[in-house]
Amino acid sequence: MNTAKFLTLATAVAILVFAATHWYGIDYLFFAGYTILQFVVLATAWNILGGYCGYVNFGSAAFFALGAYSSVFMHKIYPLPVPALMLVGAAVSGVVGFGMGYLTLRLRGSFFAIATLALAVVLQTLVVNWDFVGGSRGAYIIRPETIEIAGFQINYIEYLFALMLALAVIALTTARTIERSQLGFGFATIRDDEMAAEASGVPTLRLKLIATTLSGAFMGMAGAPFPYYIGYLQPASAFGLEYAVNSIAMPMIGGTTSWIGPLVGSLLLGTAQQYATAYISLGTGVNVLIVGVLLIVFVIIAPNGIVGLVQERLRARRRP
Amino acid sequence: MDISWDLLVNAVVAGLLLGGFYAAVTAGVSISFGMLDIVNIAHPAFIILGSYIAYFFNINFGIDPIVVSVIALPAFYALGALVYQVYYVAFEKRGQESLRGLAFFFGLLFVTEVALILVFGVDYRYVEAAYIGPSIHIGLIDLPLRMLVPCLVALTMFGALQLFVTRTFLGRAIMAVSQDQLALQLMAADPIRIKRIAFGLSIATASIAGALLIIIQPVEPSVGREYIGRVFAICVLGGLGSMPGTLIAAFLLGVVESLTSTFYGPSWAPAVAFGFLLLTLAFRPAGLMGR
Amino acid sequence: MTALLHVDNIGKRFGGFVALDGIELEVQPGERLGLIGPNGSGKSTLVNCICGTLQNETGKVHFNGSVIDGLAAHQRTHRGLARSFQLPRPFHSMTLADNLRIPLLYTVHARKGPLRSAGDLDARCHELLDMFGLAQKAKQMPRDLTQVEMRKLELARAMAAEPKLLIADESMAGLSHSEIEDILTLLVRLNERGITIILIEHIMSAVMSFSQRLAVLVSGRKVADGKPKDVVRDPEVVRAYLGQ
Repeated sequence: MNTAKFLTLATAVAILVFAATHWYGIDYLFFAGYTILQFVVLATAWNILGGYCGYVNFGSAAFFALGAYSSVFMHKIYPLPVPALMLVGAAVSGVVGFGMGYLTLRLRGSFFAIATLALAVVLQTLVVNWDFVGGSRGAYIIRPETIEIAGFQINYIEYLFALMLALAVIALTTARTIERSQLGFGFATIRDDEMAAEASGVPTLRLKLIATTLSGAFMGMAGAPFPYYIGYLQPASAFGLEYAVNSIAMPMIGGTTSWIGPLVGSLLLGTAQQYATAYISLGTGVNVLIVGVLLIVFVIIAPNGIVGLVQERLRARRRP
Repeated sequence: MDISWDLLVNAVVAGLLLGGFYAAVTAGVSISFGMLDIVNIAHPAFIILGSYIAYFFNINFGIDPIVVSVIALPAFYALGALVYQVYYVAFEKRGQESLRGLAFFFGLLFVTEVALILVFGVDYRYVEAAYIGPSIHIGLIDLPLRMLVPCLVALTMFGALQLFVTRTFLGRAIMAVSQDQLALQLMAADPIRIKRIAFGLSIATASIAGALLIIIQPVEPSVGREYIGRVFAICVLGGLGSMPGTLIAAFLLGVVESLTSTFYGPSWAPAVAFGFLLLTLAFRPAGLMGR
Repeated sequence: MTALLHVDNIGKRFGGFVALDGIELEVQPGERLGLIGPNGSGKSTLVNCICGTLQNETGKVHFNGSVIDGLAAHQRTHRGLARSFQLPRPFHSMTLADNLRIPLLYTVHARKGPLRSAGDLDARCHELLDMFGLAQKAKQMPRDLTQVEMRKLELARAMAAEPKLLIADESMAGLSHSEIEDILTLLVRLNERGITIILIEHIMSAVMSFSQRLAVLVSGRKVADGKPKDVVRDPEVVRAYLGQ
């Protein structure tokens, strides 16, 4: 199925999902759905660099928070519609991703990973010290009740949900297109054996920078609407633990070699966490602890994730 | 500019004392990352674990935190050996260290932090000991005992490790395994066992480092994350695998952080390490004394 | 005739250890050069410096008339320098055919010239696999290959980049006599097509029969460079191999 067909199919699915949730009309569905979709985007973005190229980013929270804080910044200077803010978030996080990549990707893979961890701490320090965006006290963004689009009054949370749906479709389509393209082919060589890739003529630094920039940009886009969603943005929530662990756990548990893995991982884990919070009243702490434990378990016993397990089952069945 | 000399001198001294402590914190990673090439980003979590163990026995039984940490050494060593065994079987053997190994350690870091939050909550915890409070005064210089004692213990531990690595057979085997695993095998030493011992040692240092940490400053579970940047910055700046380099880098970082803290405010301190790390990677990736 | 490769007095240190000390070497177009030396003499370091995996600290490397120091490894491959690795490094998540497709896509296609279609690519992949006797296993994964086949894949992948100069780094270690003959015949055939080849080996019989010229590296220095039968009788060479 080529890209255009996939995009059409994905958009059709998205429209169906939106219509169904709209018909149900329960606000909670939109809130929960938004969070899950956010994770779909974050997991997919992480996987472009982590799963395809093999370079681990521990600082997803940093890129996400950069997107969120760019929105806060713009809100105070010159309010823009949310889609425009997403572009701003993409630009800011993309540039930071590029810069950090340029400084650290020329060295060992492990240095990049460590740098991303340290980046999250540093950005949080910067934000906490920057009163203009609220500092440690946080920033309020009043979310309007409704928004007018093409003459219709739409519930604002539905609007955010729709935007996140659209972003998820774009992220998934981009990941899939990359995977099947020459670029994705090149990414795979970096993951398999970077030295051999260079010797075969693959411009590894350039490809890695493309991956870091794209990955960062998508994370920034996912973060941009967040202040509007949550109403009150604090550094602790933007740089929160859930983002750090989920961005890694979801693709690794789902499966890192294709675009389906992060989707499966984020839908499963995202829904499970929402359910646990709402119906079992599991606090964020225990929720996220379980995700962490699952990550360790899966990484040890099922390195190719759920998708990998399914593929093995199918392969075993095919052999007589 | 009218700098108060008093403030400056004391900032430098405090930085040196802090640097000594940082050296102890980094010693473990110097072994696991510098010599064994294992990116154990969960090391700070083990340190915080050490802090909480020291806290628990200090508050409930009145035992001196450093004494607690020494008693806990065998437990931490065993924990380290266990973690290495899992790491080896699951990742090193399969050649998958890079992505999955990192994710594994990240998982450990994360689970430890969250577990500590669930058990102890997010409040800052302190310990009590005779040397927390009083200071020695030498002229201009103030030497708070709560920083001097950890610094001295840290340097002792660091010195002991350095002696071990250069003078004992086991220690030199560890140095050898970091350079040429095949040669070590030819000497009929089992590299896996050597690495397990080394990693166990690395985590054992976390027990002591943890106790020292909670003497110097109050601790809550997320403090570990601030130390990741510091620890790897020191390792890289000092030159991987070079213990003398690590010591110098630790003092350097301590002093710069202390000066930043004094003149620009303590909330900027975590960013200093990252700045160091970036500068080193950009200009001299082999570090000050790297191989 | 200007040399295709001119290693101009290059030096490389690792901390206090001098790996290469003023190496001077020329390779003429179409030549078959053998490079030998005891373990640790610096052969791999030399290859890495020529190909860009490592950067030499002193001296220059000239290839095809221009200085290539400072160029990344992939750029040197684009210019026509290819190497196989001592321990085979296949792309383990791809089939054999895909392993060859990478250098075709990223090197051959990257060079300026008439663009090739996907069909051309596939045909070329098959041609190469056939030449190396791997056509049957085109759709298999590297983990299903024997030792010899892995070595051949290494060479095939280096050849897929259509190099002017191919450096074969110990492709024959641990192979049987007939397997060595196999690979030697392949290399000679490649040379007949105009490809300059540097063969790095420990197996003296192979080196002697293959090389037109022989260079010897000992402890980071070149100690001999000339006709094979002269070089093996050079007292310093004999001392390096037997005396120590």
